[in-house]
Formats: sequence, C-alpha cells, structure tokens
Amino acid sequence: MKKRLVIVGAGMASGRLIEHLLDAAPDRWDVTLFNAEPRGNYNRLMLSPVLSGEKAYEDIITHDDAFYADRGITCRFGEPVVRIDRAAKVVVTAQGDTPYDRLVIGTGSAPFIIPVAGKALPGVVTYRDLEDTNAMIAASRPGAKAVVIGGGLLGLEAAAGMAARGADVTVIHLMSHLMERQLDPAAGYLLQKDLERRGIRVHCKGATKAILGEDKVEAVLLEDGTVYGADLVCMAVGIRPETRLATDAHLEVNRGVVVDPQMRTADPDVFALGECVEFDGQLFGLVAPLYDQAKVLASVLNGGDAAFRPVQTATKLKVTGVDLFSAGDFADKPGREEIVFRDPGRGIYKRLVLEGDRLIGAVMYGDTADGNWFFQKIKDGADISGERETLIFGPAFAGGVAADPLAAVAALPPEAEICGCNGVCKGQIAAAIDGGATTLQLVRARTKASASCGTCTGLVEQVLALSLGEAFQMPTAQPMCACTDLTHEDVRRLIKAQELKSMPAVLQELGWRTSCGCPSCRPALNFYLLADWPLDYRDDAQSRFVNERLHANIQKDGTFSVVPRMWGGVTNARELRAIADAADKYNVPMVKVTGGQRIDLLGVRKDDLPAMWADLNAAGLVSGHAYSKGLRTVKTCVGTEFCRFGTQDSTGLGVRLEQRLWGSWTPHKVKLAVSGCPRNCAEATCKDVGIVCVESGYQVGVGGAAGMDLQETQRLVAVETEAEAMDVTVAFVQLYREHARYLDRPYKWIRKVGLDWIRSQVLDAEIRAALIARFDLSQSIYQKDPWAEHARPDAARRFRPLADLSLEAAE
Amino acid sequence: MTRWIDIAALDDIPPRGARTVKTAQGCVAVFRTFDDRVFALDDRCPHKGGPLSEGIVHGHAVTCPLHAWVFSLETGRALGEDDGSVATYPARVEQGRVLIDATRLQTWRVA
Ligand SMILES: Cc1cc2nc3c(=O)[nH]c(=O)nc-3n(C[C@H](O)[C@H](O)[C@H](O)COP(=O)(O)OP(=O)(O)OC[C@H]3O[C@@H](n4cnc5c(N)ncnc54)[C@H](O)[C@@H]3O)c2cc1C
Ligand code: SF4
Ligand code: FES
Repeated sequence: MKKRLVIVGAGMASGRLIEHLLDAAPDRWDVTLFNAEPRGNYNRLMLSPVLSGEKAYEDIITHDDAFYADRGITCRFGEPVVRIDRAAKVVVTAQGDTPYDRLVIGTGSAPFIIPVAGKALPGVVTYRDLEDTNAMIAASRPGAKAVVIGGGLLGLEAAAGMAARGADVTVIHLMSHLMERQLDPAAGYLLQKDLERRGIRVHCKGATKAILGEDKVEAVLLEDGTVYGADLVCMAVGIRPETRLATDAHLEVNRGVVVDPQMRTADPDVFALGECVEFDGQLFGLVAPLYDQAKVLASVLNGGDAAFRPVQTATKLKVTGVDLFSAGDFADKPGREEIVFRDPGRGIYKRLVLEGDRLIGAVMYGDTADGNWFFQKIKDGADISGERETLIFGPAFAGGVAADPLAAVAALPPEAEICGCNGVCKGQIAAAIDGGATTLQLVRARTKASASCGTCTGLVEQVLALSLGEAFQMPTAQPMCACTDLTHEDVRRLIKAQELKSMPAVLQELGWRTSCGCPSCRPALNFYLLADWPLDYRDDAQSRFVNERLHANIQKDGTFSVVPRMWGGVTNARELRAIADAADKYNVPMVKVTGGQRIDLLGVRKDDLPAMWADLNAAGLVSGHAYSKGLRTVKTCVGTEFCRFGTQDSTGLGVRLEQRLWGSWTPHKVKLAVSGCPRNCAEATCKDVGIVCVESGYQVGVGGAAGMDLQETQRLVAVETEAEAMDVTVAFVQLYREHARYLDRPYKWIRKVGLDWIRSQVLDAEIRAALIARFDLSQSIYQKDPWAEHARPDAARRFRPLADLSLEAAE
Repeated sequence: MTRWIDIAALDDIPPRGARTVKTAQGCVAVFRTFDDRVFALDDRCPHKGGPLSEGIVHGHAVTCPLHAWVFSLETGRALGEDDGSVATYPARVEQGRVLIDATRLQTWRVA
C-alpha cells in the first residue's frame, strides 16, 4: 500500500522535493499538499520581474494543475494547516483532520514587521508572495508615492519594480550603505548612485519612527524628523522562519525548526526543509541550499542515506541593468589583504579579499562577468599565490585569451558552477548540450540551470554558444536595439523619470552609442516622447516609417493606398460618389472593401496623393489612418437602428467612439468593434477593444487579436451606460499608450502586466478620470486630419521631386 | 570634367531625410544627414526596387522602407548580411545650396 505523505507548504523547497521524490519512486507515495496561498508552486524569486512588468504570473508558474494531476497529488491550496497532532498523526485544517505516515514541514518564512505605530494601516505591505506583489503593482501607478523600508535584496527589488511602473519610490535603510550584508561601502555607494539615476530616492541611516495616516497610510516619519509622503509602504526589513506549527507541536525549535543532516525533526516521522529550518545553528535564505535539502530529503524518504551539508552561496541582485555580485566573506579583518579595481568612468568596481594565499571573498559591481570564476576559487580554496598580480583581471587575463565576453566562460573549468541556485556546473550543461539540449529551454528543462532566479541565463547562453558555435543564436531580445543596452521598459521609465522631452535629450542622457539612433529605436522613441510629453515634444516625421510619414500605405511596387475614414463603418451616397470620382480621376487600379468596413483605393502614385486628399477632403472625407500605429477602425453592426435583435445603439456608440479616439497614436495599431447583441455580427470579440451590447448594458472586452495570433477578448468590465463604456475604453487606450512597449499589441501588453492590474487602474474612478484627462490633452494636439495638413501647397511640395533634370540629361 | 548644378536649398530637405531629383533614366535620392552632409544615390533598392528616399536615415546610412536592407550613403554598398549596391553621385553643400554633379549623372547612365 502507498504511504501517506503530507506536505505543509507548496514553496520553492517542497516543490523541488516533490520532483525528486516522485521521479525516483512514482508509485510509493500518496501525496497531499497543503498551501496557505490559494495556488500551487511558482517561482517566488521571479516575483520581482512580475512586479517590474517584465514577466507575467503565468510565466513563473513552476508546477501547473497538470503536473499535480499527472502525479496523483491531492492539492489543498488556500487551506492552511493550523495544527499538527503528532500523537494521532494527523494535520488539522478548517476542513478537518488529514492523517499522515510521514509529514514534511516546508512553511518558509514570514516577513518581519517592525513594531512601529501605524504598521497595520491599510497600504502597508510586505514582499513575500503574489498577493503582496499584486498590491504593489496596483499601487504603483505613475506618480504614486511608495516608500520601501529596508535596503536589502528584497527591498531594492521591490523599489526597482515599482519605479519601473512609474511610481515615485523612496528607500529607507537603517544602515549607512545599501545591502550591507552583501556589499562593502564602495559597492553600496555605486549601487545607490545607480538607483538614484533611475529616479529612486535613497535615505540611508534612516530609522523609521512611525507610519502615519488616518484610515490608510499617508506618510512615513523617521527618527530624524524627515517625513516622506506615501500611498504605499513596503516593509522589507527581514524574515524569520515560519515555525509556529512546529512550536505548537512541541518539536525542537530554536530560531528555526531544528533538523539533523537527514532533515528529520525531533519526531522521526516529521521532517522539515526550506527557510523554516535551522541546521547546525544556521538559517537559510537563498534557494541553493534549499534545493540541496530537497535532494537529501527525497533520498531519505525513499530509503536512502544522503546527508545535507551547507555550501557557500553567492548573491546577485535581480534588478535589470544593475550588475552586482558578491560571495564569501569580505569584512575588513586583521591579516586580510585586498585587491581593488576601479573604473569610475564605466561605473565598475571589483574587490577581492585574500587571506594568506586564498581568495575568501569577492564583490563586483558594474561588470560581473567573472563572478563565477572567482566564486569557484573561493569554494575550492585554491592557492592563488602564482596569479596574484593579475587575479583581479579575471580568467581572460589568466588564460591569455582575448577579452571578449565568451572568453571568460570558455576559461571556466568543467566543474565551475554556472547556476548557483540549482548547483549546476559548466560540465553538466555541456553534457546536456551534447545530449541534444540545443536551446536555452531544453538546457533549463534537463539541468534546471537558470530555472530559478534567472541571473545566470546569460552564462548558460554563453555555454551554449561555446558548445554549438554558429548553430546557436544568442537571443537579442533584451536591449531596445544595438544603440543602447537599455530595454524598452528602461527607456520608457527614464523618459518619464528624467523628464527627457526631446530625441537629442534621450540620446545624450541615456548614452546612445550612435549619432542619431537607428530604424528600430527612432520610431519607438518618437512614440514614447509624444505619448509622454504631448505638449513639449514635437513629432519627428523623419523618425517614422514611410507609411506614417506619408500618411498612406506603401505597396510592394512603391505606389500607395488611400483609405478615407468612415465613422463606425457608415457612409452615404455623397461620400461614395466622391470616392468614385477620385478613383476615376487618379486612375486607381483597384478599389477594395477592407475587413474594418472601409474602402481602400490601391495603387496611387506618390505625386498624386496631396491632390487626391484635397479632393476627398472637399467631400468631407478625412484620413482613415489605415497606415498608423494608432486608432484604425471601429467596426459596428446595425444594432437597434435596424436589427430586430439589437439591444443598444451599437452603430451610434461605434461612431462616437471613433470620433473620440481618432488621430491618437498608440504603441501598435488599435482596432475596435461594437456588436449590438451577443450574436456579435461586428466580430467584437477578436478586437483590441470589443464591446458587446446586452439588455443590461455593455460588456467591454480587451486584448483580442485576429492576426498571426488568434485571441479572444477578455472581459474588462460590464457597465450599464454608454457613457461608462466610452470612459472605460478611453482610459484603457490611454493606459496602453502610457505603458506598453512600442509594437506590442494590447493583448501582448496585457499578458505582461496582467488584466488585474489594468482593472485596478481603469476601474478606479480617480485614476480613470486622470487617464481620460491625459488622453484628451494629447488629443487636443494630435487629433487633426493629416490629409488637410499635407494637401496644403507648402506641404504638398514635399511629395514632388526637388528638381526635374530629365530634360538636362536628355540633351 | 565636373559640372555642379544647383538643385535646391539645403533646407528643402529635412534633416535625416531625403527628397528626389527626376532624371531621364529614373529618380535620384538626395539625402541630408544629421550633420548636414548630403549624398545622392539612385532611388532604387537593388533588392526589389524599393524607393530608398522613403527610408529612415540614420548616421550615414539609409534603411530601405520595403524590406529593411541598409545602405551606406557614402559608398552605396549594402551593409550587414545583404549583398548589393546602389550607384552614388557626387553631391555637396555650398552656402546653404545643394549641388550635384550633372556630368556624372549623365556619363554614368550613358556608359
Ligand atoms: C521577492 C523575492 C525574491 C527572491 N529572490 C531570490 C533570489 O534571487 N535568489 C534566492 O536564492 N532566493 C531568493 N528569494 C528567497 C527564496 O524565495 C526563498 O529562499 C524560498 O522561496 C524559500 O523556500 P521555502 O520552500 O522554504 O518557502 P516558500 O517558498 O516561502 O514556501 C512556503 C509556503 O508555505 C506556505 N505555508 C506557510 N505556512 C503554512 C501553513 N501553516 N499551512 C499551509 N501552507 C503554509 C506558504 O504560503 C508558502 O507558499 C527571494 C524571495 C522573495 C520573496
Ligand atoms: S450583433 Fe446582434 S444586433 Fe448586431 S446585427 Fe448581429 S444580430 Fe443584430
Ligand atoms: S526592395 Fe529594398 S529591401 Fe527589398
């Protein structure tokens, strides 16, 4: 018969345990998994990229429903265990008793709350789980004020994440420099400078005296009298092992649940692992040792005799664009020597701490490529007397190889650790690659390398590149383009934070490597600038692709297509006559009806564009923006006007929406539709915003797509009145304009930021009103017919050649 | 022998942009770069005939609007992976006017 294994806590450690345990013995265990959080295992380390918007929660789930189902695991998520009855061998929850043969406690830790006045006010959060992360995301609307108490790893990741979303963030840190447990003062200073450059305020030597506010947080008061306004306070001052269950069950507990090298507690049938344990007087706060514990415990439960032995861990901060590495012991002590390298111009700092002939600590900032090479030397206790002079220059120098990024990795011996979290060395990765794991995903699946905190992803890719040579394509997704190392998200944030209002200001202040950008960054920058600073920035036609510059779509033969706007897809005889006349006059080879309910005149010569526009303008037609990353079309059905099923005036709403939104520029094209009833004749459920009218009002869906990807809209909200439907739509479009990266359609953006966050913004009356006001402000500048503008004689000139030398040349 | 002819004012061409000049054999694109230098090239991409004058001008290069081949304005050669080149013609700026060598324009084409 199967043995009953009950696990309390679905965390990083127990998740790994389950994998090892059931891989080795799929049929031995009947597993029941309790979790206080209402969900299964996800990669807790990756909450920071979720917070900053670089990843979505879905991307960081490690074990999905199928995983548990395949292994017959009984999941009791959202059901905390309240007591362990060791005599009866049951765990107790609100649902009753669950018996066990073996019990594993993997309850992790609980964030420490400093006991100051106001600590329980709404708006005070910690940083531990998805709920905390979502609370911070919801509070991080641009301009909102956030205070993070605690300048350690977690606090800084929280601060950077909220800043990335546009919040105005202050970090209060008790000690005299940031991350004092991992960094020496010099590196702490560089880190502070870097964060300040990103718009994060840092207050060191700041002791929190009280959190102020009536019925929610309003400010933080420090002992020195400083007051920082706050809409949200994140306390990230430390964690303590979650030991309450064990204490109540009279197991041996010091700071953590005491375990032996087999992870066994004082009760032979009860085991513990993860951050909640104490072993040999030591606590564990990084995943690498926890994974080792999981391996040991799986073996022990399956009858093996493995023993846990703590290893040294190295620390990296997961803030995009900040490179920081520290390992070992680097305190100043008698008998220790240090080697320091500084390059202030490039913001690089490296410090090695030696004791005798051994390297015992390393701190690196700005350039951490050699981190693992040093870490290996620390762990090996290698004698470095022979290479002391050049040690700080790293493996590139030691091996005499050229200093290219791959060289450092090439110089690593096979046993050098690449992935610190999972303890995967270079040799294991190379073996996996030889065995056919030729992509990052495959290496990750087979070896777990880079599957946890992700900071070694670049190293794993370099091992792939070294092993496979040309066959491996280094991913280039990260930086915006070759002109910069910054990502789109970085740039958007910095444009706002540093108030960069012109293209030269961006190129200068953000250190572009090219004189005037390139075809991939220029259109993106142009959009970011005009979206963020509608009053200050002047649209730069030369930074737009041909279609947007000429307000017509270039065709494969260099001719253009012309599409007049038809509000909501409605036209009339007079307009059709004008279109027909234009088609005749300019010899248009094809007239076609588009999917967005418009008429497309294809094959028009560039020289003819201004005159044709003037003709169409005279008949009251304006540009349909069929070429733009902007509002394209609002497609409608006839609704209550004519259809016997119609529930609302879908046509009228479509027309009014189009009149409100036309002319706005967006990160990518935006198409809308309004259907008069759920029969959905306007195909609203595959549009960027699709409204379906029902008896009780309007269902507003967002994030549909019907291009290379096919995607149904997700319900944003259902509202009762047309005015609300309009407001929500306008606010959604503005939020998208302010936050999405260039060329992400709404559905891609929603995947990154999550619909919950979008709801928290668009459905909050105050935020919604502000979004609408900003949209209207931008429309006051940008809602103008480009045809009218370009048909004017001075502008039309630009569509003709500068000079005609055909006669000259024919002489 | 060079025969410089005055085409237009420099300001008729937008910075980091281009205008065209019609010749009997086709269009020539006249580019103005960020540093106010001018370059004249055939307005026909060797790939599939895209109008280079409609491309985005960056540094001393232009990216074809149709399939994004990149050409050096100085040499007319395709940069990067692609193979191909466009004819270039001497052009210069003098007292705010754009001059282009008409002889070259003719001889090149006749030859
Ligand atoms: C934002 C963030 C970033 C981090 N970044 C890194 C990093 O880059 N590198 C690194 O090495 N480490 C990092 N850490 C630390 C790492 O996440 C932890 O060391 C690790 O998650 C601990 O694993 P665990 O299984 O012990 O506990 P957890 O992963 O915390 O899991 C414990 C689970 O038990 C549940 N639980 C608690 N009590 C009960 C109960 N009574 N009944 C039922 N369930 C219960 C909890 O809800 C929780 O889901 C980070 C942590 C955070 C929060
Ligand atoms: S969606 Fe409904 S209201 Fe609109 S045309 Fe179709 S059936 Fe009629
Ligand atoms: S025609 Fe120029 S790149 Fe294809």
